[in-house]
Amino acid sequence: MPKLTLADLAKIREKTKRTTEIREGGDYRAKITVHMGTCGIAAGARKIMNAFMQIMEDKETSDVLLTNSGCAGLCSKEPMATIEISGQAPVKYIDLTEEKTKQIFEKHVLGGNIVKEYALGIGSEKTDY
Amino acid sequence: MTEKNKDKTYRMHLMVCAGTACVSNGSFKIKEALEKEIEKQNLDSEVLVVTTGCNGFCERGPLLVVQPGNIFYQQLKLKDIPHLVEEHFLKGRPVEKLMYSPPKEKTPIPVLSDIDFFRKQVLIALQNRGLIDPEKIDEYIARDGYQALSKALTEMTPEEIVEEIKKSGLRGRGGGGFPTGLKWEFVRNASSPNGGEKYIICNGDEGDPGAFMDRSILEADPHCVIEGMLIGAKAVGASQGFIYVRNEYPLAVSRLNIALEQAREYGLLGKNIFDTGFDFDIKVTRGAGAFVCGEETALLASVEGKLGEPRPRPPYPAESGLWDKPTCINNVETWANICRIINRGAKWFSSIGTETSKGTKVFSLVGKINNTGLVEVPMGITLREIIEDIGGGIPGGKKFKAVQTGGPSGGCIPKEKIDLPIDYDSLSEVGSIMGSGGMVVMDEDTCMVDVAKYFLTFTQDESCGKCTPCREGTKAMQQILTRITEGKGKEEDLDLLEDLAKSIKDSALCGLGQTAPNPVLTTLRYFRDEYEAHIKEKKCPAHICRELNTYTIDEDICLNKGHGCDLCRKNCSADAILGEKKQAHKIIQDKCIKCGVCYDVCNFGAVQVD
Repeated sequence: MPKLTLADLAKIREKTKRTTEIREGGDYRAKITVHMGTCGIAAGARKIMNAFMQIMEDKETSDVLLTNSGCAGLCSKEPMATIEISGQAPVKYIDLTEEKTKQIFEKHVLGGNIVKEYALGIGSEKTDY
Repeated sequence: MTEKNKDKTYRMHLMVCAGTACVSNGSFKIKEALEKEIEKQNLDSEVLVVTTGCNGFCERGPLLVVQPGNIFYQQLKLKDIPHLVEEHFLKGRPVEKLMYSPPKEKTPIPVLSDIDFFRKQVLIALQNRGLIDPEKIDEYIARDGYQALSKALTEMTPEEIVEEIKKSGLRGRGGGGFPTGLKWEFVRNASSPNGGEKYIICNGDEGDPGAFMDRSILEADPHCVIEGMLIGAKAVGASQGFIYVRNEYPLAVSRLNIALEQAREYGLLGKNIFDTGFDFDIKVTRGAGAFVCGEETALLASVEGKLGEPRPRPPYPAESGLWDKPTCINNVETWANICRIINRGAKWFSSIGTETSKGTKVFSLVGKINNTGLVEVPMGITLREIIEDIGGGIPGGKKFKAVQTGGPSGGCIPKEKIDLPIDYDSLSEVGSIMGSGGMVVMDEDTCMVDVAKYFLTFTQDESCGKCTPCREGTKAMQQILTRITEGKGKEEDLDLLEDLAKSIKDSALCGLGQTAPNPVLTTLRYFRDEYEAHIKEKKCPAHICRELNTYTIDEDICLNKGHGCDLCRKNCSADAILGEKKQAHKIIQDKCIKCGVCYDVCNFGAVQVD
């Protein structure tokens, strides 16, 4: 490893920050919650989780929090995810596939437009954690 | 599995505490179990396990903090791991039974920052604790690591750095409380013989019983100490540094060496750092376990390879230190504050704390306290806030009696002073010192004469023997204290103790001897009645000094409640108990050796001590 310059230091900082940001407890622009109850997992929620992770990695997103929670109570519509843009009401998406996940991420999370055809409704159960 | 792609994004980071206390509690095994279970659940591309330095809440180890969410799990056992991984990390349902509940409460508190122990703390020296892997320099850099160095090297002159530290009001965290900026100025202005070297030293010879803040900083955030020393070197004009660390701290030594190696690889140590023409490197010197080597002149001798004995000051090390060259010695915690001050400015730092003591202090809170651990608090916080709020009070419903600050060089502060705001000056007014930040809490069952004897025995043991006042004086004091605790004290002993204490303080060669009488002086000042009870009434009010105890059996309780269970007689090694089953028992005082075993084994409270 050659000697670091100031620019290298800044580069390492930014790159590592992206992966360690989730430890900081800061405010995120958006939060994605994938519902991972037994029903969700059986219906393919883990694929959805991985799809979100992949998109975030590809796009080097660092201002979006991806997390999991238990069953949302609507087991027949799983896999489900809740998207919450900071300051706006959360939106639940149902019957997700990897393809739908990608569209939702680009249009809603990045673009700010709710993808109505996949949405169940607006509002959410309380998630404390 | 252990060497994962460091640039990959994970949705969850599991921060496993790997400070020495948690490691002793098996945290590495917990980490292995987590990794195994995560792999089993196919979560290894989603969840990352990170080992961090000391979290501080050592009482509750092994500890795990889950990010995002800051969920705090404690006292983890291997058998909890499969359930935890499946419920929380896979299915998103945090596991309440592994969370912390405050003493006497049943509702668990999930989030770390909501727990009283953490809530009142202000982190400067420990700002990276639990947030980075100390063995990964990139994680330190991500939390603004080496930013202060780049600022100091490219935007500031040495004089400006010294001025900034002076303005911050930072005082030495190792015990003396000398203004750090002023010390740096002395070293900067000192001329080195023949235009030679100046040196930077980090004192990590933490020897006070119960103190472990330096160890924790070195284990959790070694780079912040290295960065502080680099900035100090630039300020005073040094190109070689030494970190003197106890050999009893193997984890700290190993993480420090890893950190130094990584810093060298990045060119943050070595020649021409950041192309500014500035050279600096650091060598680790391990101490061999002599308490006196924490004293700066003894430390210097030890680094030079000589016998670790102190020498008179002046000349101070700032003028003539290592190999007679001007040397800047600061403690680990002091160095850990430097990069924060350069990054955030002297004004920010001096806005925290009191008139004469700025910033924060790390204390190791130990003894009779619910929440044992490492806490960093702003100067000026009261003892009450530390003991009751952060420390969660005294266990077992006992009453608070005193707190010993500053280790064996410090003093005992009585409960009447619990609202004392803590800083360097308030502590010295009540006869104690800040010292390195040891804080030993004592409850009503503590005998203050015994405590004084304990600390004096420690300093007497550790006295290097070079000067007579310390070598002979502390021994004489220890003999008197021993005599008092054995019931052989004389009335004139207290005056004699005070005389000895004062002359040792005035005449000992170094800080060890000069401060050794402090525990005796403060206990005499605040707990004189306990000394008098030992001497005049031949009683130990706390019943700790066993030679002064008289054990008797309440025959009524023994017969009616215990039905003469005979346990005491069976356990008495001196055959001093008369009686048989279903009869009341009796102690023959002439035969009793006062070992207290009968008192300990009686399930009915029939054995009484006076």
